[in-house]
Amino acid sequence: MNQHPGTIGRKVGMTQIFNADGTVDRVTIIEAPTVVVGKRTMEKDGYSALILGLDERKEKHTKKPAAGMYKKAGVTPKRVLRELRCSEEFAAGFEIGKKLPIDQIFEVGQIVDVQGVTRGRGFSGVFRRWHMAGSVMTHGSHEYKRHGGSIGTNMTPGRTLPGLKMPGHHGDKVRTALNIKIVRIMPETDMLLIDGAVPGTENGIVMVRGAVKKMGGKPKAKK
Amino acid sequence: MLNLPKIEALESVQLRKDLTPYRVGDTVRVHYKIVEGEKERIQVFQGVVIRSRHAGLRSTFTVRKVSFGVGVERIFSAHSPYIGRIEIVQHGIVRRARLYYLRDLSGKKARLKARRDLSTQVAATPAAETTAQQ
Repeated sequence: MNQHPGTIGRKVGMTQIFNADGTVDRVTIIEAPTVVVGKRTMEKDGYSALILGLDERKEKHTKKPAAGMYKKAGVTPKRVLRELRCSEEFAAGFEIGKKLPIDQIFEVGQIVDVQGVTRGRGFSGVFRRWHMAGSVMTHGSHEYKRHGGSIGTNMTPGRTLPGLKMPGHHGDKVRTALNIKIVRIMPETDMLLIDGAVPGTENGIVMVRGAVKKMGGKPKAKK
Repeated sequence: MLNLPKIEALESVQLRKDLTPYRVGDTVRVHYKIVEGEKERIQVFQGVVIRSRHAGLRSTFTVRKVSFGVGVERIFSAHSPYIGRIEIVQHGIVRRARLYYLRDLSGKKARLKARRDLSTQVAATPAAETTAQQ
């Protein structure tokens, strides 16, 4: 399980930034004014984690048990809550009710994983969903142009095998983009610039964590 | 929740407001910095601006010239830090935004009529720009 430090944020959009050597980085802007709302502890919950909150929720839209939790933490009600598993020592470094300092969690050049919900594409055919080629559009084809072809054989096995690629709902799934680089950290505006694209729509919630396949991806740790 | 102002704020820092404003149809000299290993030098690309794409920091413009009988087009990132300066040689009179028709023309046909008011125009633009900024 990924237990590397991370945060949740909102995808603002994409732009590009010029480097000193004249090249350009295409970056995704992620805004993460995250607040520590609570903690999970070994004694009470059997695991340790930080509970992070993002975005304001109106008081009147907050359920009473949740409102009590926010009041205890001394923060305004939040719209998004996520738990991030981490070690007890790491969790001890953060205070409930305080903003999560992104410049202490990430480093420039660090390799991270970004998780988000991909854009929903509704019920899609096999062209879009599986990149199938279909059949010829000319030479007398009719009623069989964007089809996926055969779905199985006759007597053996006498049924269509599970997992066959067919039309269906496409997108709107949790996906993680692995091993992407942090280009810039701007603590004053709570923004992270991340190299390349990340899953999800603009305004979508994403989770940024140290890369699970790179031991957290810190530049120093690699050496 | 408004995202565009946040992106624009990030981009506005990098915008090259010091460059001479140019228009499609202008003949320009683009002084472009080139790094070869350790050495740095300035290369000048002179030609006609045939296209200008306005997209904030991602704006580009295309300069076309004919070099030894071969048409050469170069796309510059309009806000690149590698552009030293842009000189305007001549303002051309054009009636469209994309001058792709120049590609099909050669020799005398491929010329653009020049606006006569180059000197006044060049002198007037910086002044107009400062008033716009205030």
